[in-house]
Formats: sequence, C-alpha cells, structure tokens
Amino acid sequence: MTETTTLPNSFRTGPDERGHFGQFGGRYVAETLMPLILDLERHYRAAQADPAFKAEFDHLLKHYVGRPSPLWFAERLTEHLGGAKIYLKREDLNHTGAHKINNCIGQILLAKRMGKTKIIAETGAGQHGVATATVAALFGLPCTIFMGAVDVARQQPNVFRMKLLGAEVVAVESGAKTLKDAMNEALRHWVANVHDTFYIIGTVAGPHPYPELVRDFQSVIGDEAREQILEAEGRLPDMLIAPVGGGSNAIGLFHPFLDDADVEIVGVEAAGEGLEGKHAASLAGGKPGILHGNKTYLLQDEDGQITEAHSISAGLDYPGIGPEHSWLHDIGRVRYEPVTDAEALASFQKLTKLEGIIPALESAHAIAAAERIAPTLGKDKLIIVNCSGRGDKDIITVADALGVKL
Amino acid sequence: MSTRFAATFTKPHPALVAFITAGDGDTAANLDALVAGGADVIELGMPFTDPMADGPAIQQANLRSLAKGTSTADIFGQAAAFRQRHPDTPLVLMGYANPMTIRGGDWFAGECAKAGVDGVICVDVPAEEDPELGPALRAAGVDLIRLATPTTDTARLPAVLDGAGGFLYYVSVAGITGQQQAAQASIDKAVARLKAATDLPVAVGFGVRTPDQAAAIARVADGVVVGSAFIDIIAEHGDAAAPHVEAFTRSLADAIRGAKEIAA
Ligand SMILES: Cc1ncc(COP(=O)(O)O)c(C=O)c1O
Repeated sequence: MTETTTLPNSFRTGPDERGHFGQFGGRYVAETLMPLILDLERHYRAAQADPAFKAEFDHLLKHYVGRPSPLWFAERLTEHLGGAKIYLKREDLNHTGAHKINNCIGQILLAKRMGKTKIIAETGAGQHGVATATVAALFGLPCTIFMGAVDVARQQPNVFRMKLLGAEVVAVESGAKTLKDAMNEALRHWVANVHDTFYIIGTVAGPHPYPELVRDFQSVIGDEAREQILEAEGRLPDMLIAPVGGGSNAIGLFHPFLDDADVEIVGVEAAGEGLEGKHAASLAGGKPGILHGNKTYLLQDEDGQITEAHSISAGLDYPGIGPEHSWLHDIGRVRYEPVTDAEALASFQKLTKLEGIIPALESAHAIAAAERIAPTLGKDKLIIVNCSGRGDKDIITVADALGVKL
Repeated sequence: MSTRFAATFTKPHPALVAFITAGDGDTAANLDALVAGGADVIELGMPFTDPMADGPAIQQANLRSLAKGTSTADIFGQAAAFRQRHPDTPLVLMGYANPMTIRGGDWFAGECAKAGVDGVICVDVPAEEDPELGPALRAAGVDLIRLATPTTDTARLPAVLDGAGGFLYYVSVAGITGQQQAAQASIDKAVARLKAATDLPVAVGFGVRTPDQAAAIARVADGVVVGSAFIDIIAEHGDAAAPHVEAFTRSLADAIRGAKEIAA
C-alpha cells in the first residue's frame, strides 16, 4: 500500500464545519466565549445568505472606502529591475490608508445585525485601530482600542487619529507591550463584556469563524485584481506577492487565485534582524501551536511558551500567522519568503523615489521580495504586488532608522 | 473519577480547592502549607506567557514564575514530589492549551499519570476541541475537568459534560480571574441547574476571596475554588509565604466546614 498525500480538488473550500484548515484553525477559546463564537457563526451564515447584507457592504466599499482600488503598472520600478512587469494593487488609496477598512466595514455590519452596541479591537501599527475607530464613528458606536504601550509610543499619529475619531485607546502594559499583548487584553475585556460587545479582530486569526469571515471581507482585493489584470493584460498574472502579518491583506489577494494552478503565490514574512536574530517569521522560524483561539505556526520555545516577535513594521510584529496560511504553507500552495528590516527599509525608499508612492513598511516587505524575484523572471511575466497600505504612518520610524532627526 | 477525587467528595464537608501558580514563590512549601491548612484539592497552575483568561494578579504570578525559568519538566517534578509527600490529596494541573499540547496530548497525559496528577483543567480547550487533550487524558486515567460559565446555556451543557471527569468547575463570573464575585443568588441558581444535569461534584470559583464568601458558596456547592487571594499572599511574602498561606487556608477551611454544619 502506498501513502499518497492527496491534495484537495479546490484550495478554496476551507475551513471545514469545525473551523479547521487541515490541522490548523479551530476554536480554542474559554468556555465563556464559546456560545458567543457559535452565535457569531450563525449570524455570519445568515448574513452570507442575505443579499441585503452584501448590497450594503458593496455600497460602503464603493462610496465610503473608495473601491475599487486601482491596479497600477509600476513602469519605472519594472524598468529599474529589468524583469517581470510589476503591478501594484493600491490598497494604500483606500479611506484610512490600508486594506484594514474592508474587513472593518464587514464586521461592523455584522455587529449591527447581532444587536451589539459596543466595539472593541486590538491594534499593532494602529492601522486596524484607526479603521475600527472610523467605522465605529460612522455607525455611532462607542469603541475601545487595545494597543501595546510600546506601539502606542512608536505610532503616536495613529493614536491621536483614533482619539479624534472618538475611540478610547487603552495602552496595554502586560508582556512585551505589543500586538500579541493587545490581543490578550482585548480577549480579557471581551470575556467580561460578551453580552453587548463585538470584537472586530483585525486579521485572519482568532477563533473560527474569524479567519474565514475576515478572509471573505478582504477577498474583494483579489476579486478586483483579477478583473483588473484581465482588462489590462488579457490574462492572469504569473505571480502574486503580499506581506503577511496575521495575513489578511495577503489572503484577500490570494484567495480568489488559489485554484489557478499557473499563478505562483508568494507570502512575505518579516525577518526582522534576520532569521538568526530577532524576527517575526512564524512559518520560517516557528512551529504549530495554540494561541489566541486558533492552532497555527507560532514563535515559541520547546515548552510552548510564546517568544517575542520583532519587526521594524509594527503591523508584522506578531509571533503568529493566520491558520489558513499555515495550511497553505504545509500543503505547498503558497511559498513564504522572509524579508529583513534592512531590505524593507531600502525598498520603502526605492518605491517612493521611483513611483512617487510611499508604501507602508508592511507593504515595503512585499516590494523587497518583488525586487528579489522580478529580475529572475522574463519581461513577459506579470507580478501583482499588494501595496497594502500607505507609509505616512511610518515616516518617523523610517527617519529614526536612517538616523534623520525630524 | 479518580479514587482520590471520589474520597474527597464523599467527605462530610464541601471541598476547599486551592490554586497557586507553579514556580511562583516556594512552591513545595506553599503546597505543604495548603494541605496542612486544610485544602482538599490542589490546583497547580502551569505558567504561560499569554494567560488570556487571567486578571493582573495571576498574570504577574505567571510572569514571575517564567522569569525564574520554570519549565514544564520542573512542574511535573513538583507534582511528582507532592504526590510522594501527600498520597491522598487530589492534584489538578490547570493552564493553557499550548504548553499542554506542544509535545502532543499523549505525552502530556502520560506525564500526568506518571507524576500522580488526578485531573487537568485546560482553559482554552472547550468541548469543541476535545480531541486535542480529552482522548489522551481519558486513556491515561486522568480526569479532564471541564468549565461551565454563566454563558453556558442548557442546550450546550450536555456537550460540556460529555467526557468530563473529576468535578465540574463553575466559573461564576463571565470574566477573568481576580475580579469581583458574582451575586450569591445567581450562584445558587446556577449550581442547582448544573447539579440537575450531572452527577459530578460542582465546584464554584472566580472572585472568591474571603471565608464568608467561601462559606456562602459551600452551603450550595460541593467545592469552593480560591486562587487570586493565595497569589496575592505569595506576591506579598515571596519565598516566606508558607505560614501566611497556611493560616489563610485554615480560615477558609474552617468557614467551609462550619457552613455545612449550619446547613445540616
Ligand atoms: C498596511 C498594512 N499591511 C499589512 C499589515 C499586516 O496585517 P495583515 O497580514 O493582516 O494584512 C498591516 C497591519 O497593521 C498593515 O497596516
């Protein structure tokens, strides 16, 4: 008898009814939260079947967020690299400056359907916090954002933005005081306020059904990109590249293409100071474990204690990754590559000078991977890179790293 | 149910279930103090970097323990040594999924059995994820102790009870450890509902800090769980906490025993 690992007919059918992508995902939450998670799933299924929900989501994406976001042919970058044609999916042009708002619109509509009257969220870079505070303002709901105290210090403009939008920002002092600890604190608050509070998780992580519903809301990125590249080039791209923190912008771009076997897919993890030093590359440097409601690759020691991540980009500074990415990694459908702080910094400057686009440091990781790969491909090849956000929020960090005093 | 649990819950008084975090302070001395003071069941917390269901007191205890380098092997060592010194007192390991499952559920269950651990409480493995630990523990003869909460409705309760052993732990507040206790009336009602649904003993915890609170719960429940109040004593007295732990344990145990006499 031979053992063959059978690949699924489609890569787009997950998760299963228990919220698992292969061995990953699931619902590893305290009993207090379990009934609420099940309730959320019921409401999400009802929303999926309700054309009015989709109509309202689409309306807000078009008229409030400003979708569709353009697919920009980065001609000067392409010429400079001398290889494959590079297109940028311009999520940086969305209202609030990143892809995060797509998901927030979807989730606040769900909160409304469930009759929840308070909103909470965690944030790292502050992009998801700003997007959440924005939709909370739009819908007139009180909102509390949990943010690690270290991130509060390094993302001051976003903290002030959230406050202007009417959100309360709680600086989390536990642990390493970054995104992981913000998520712990948001979960603690949620457990104590399940009756009236909706938790808008900012990426494709957390207990089922979050990884699924966040992916679905973000898939507008890939659906649009598919149409746009067909219009521009008359064919599908040869490769997709996106940065991966929790993995929401990446899965949003990737998911509509997962069953197109000829489209190569590359996710970019933050390698920080390098894989030998401090980094945030959970797939390259971690192993499967359970944290924040799901099973996935995590940075951890041999006893299962979670280790601190590091990235120059606050949005990638997380010791885990969404469970669907762990699965796509294990079955080999998506290739994940590390990019260091230094490489991302260089690409941040290069894209700014060549295209007049200041990318988020997160997005600069994907640009760096494109710089590495494009020259190895022929000029007839097409690459779509997700420019997941704009870099205005990062100029202080970048000035710091370059030794410039503002 | 393990014979130690069976013997404990047929005592003439409800059980005092005492929680401390392994590796925070002088664990062996504190465990001995708990038994000497009259604790009937010991919950030994396995420290975790990300204790999502715990308030500041137990969070800090976790971090203090990890900062001293407490490993999983150390904890099983402490458990095995406890079992040598105290052959009859049930010992429960309580903690989070990742440290328990990182080497596989079978490995963890086997180590528990070897060390003489009677039961396991895993905060973030609900009934829906039972395959992670449940089958391995049951095969090893270690009770999987499940949690019921104010949000566990009647429709869901059978799923929670399926595969559960030892005792049922009623978390009386929807929230994290170390906060205010729930209203006694709501506890009375919940315990009655749970006891109608299961033959397992029902212990009540979260927010219980004083002998009076413990006594009130003891009038209706089979066990009273106290955690953060012990952690506070250990935080205050460090490695010299044992006599204080013992005195506080005795005050709780006396109140619980007195409560049953009043009720009888
Ligand atoms: C612009 C941008 N890109 C990417 C990310 C990483 O998140 P995700 O991997 O969920 O897209 C963030 C997170 O803050 C972000 O702000």
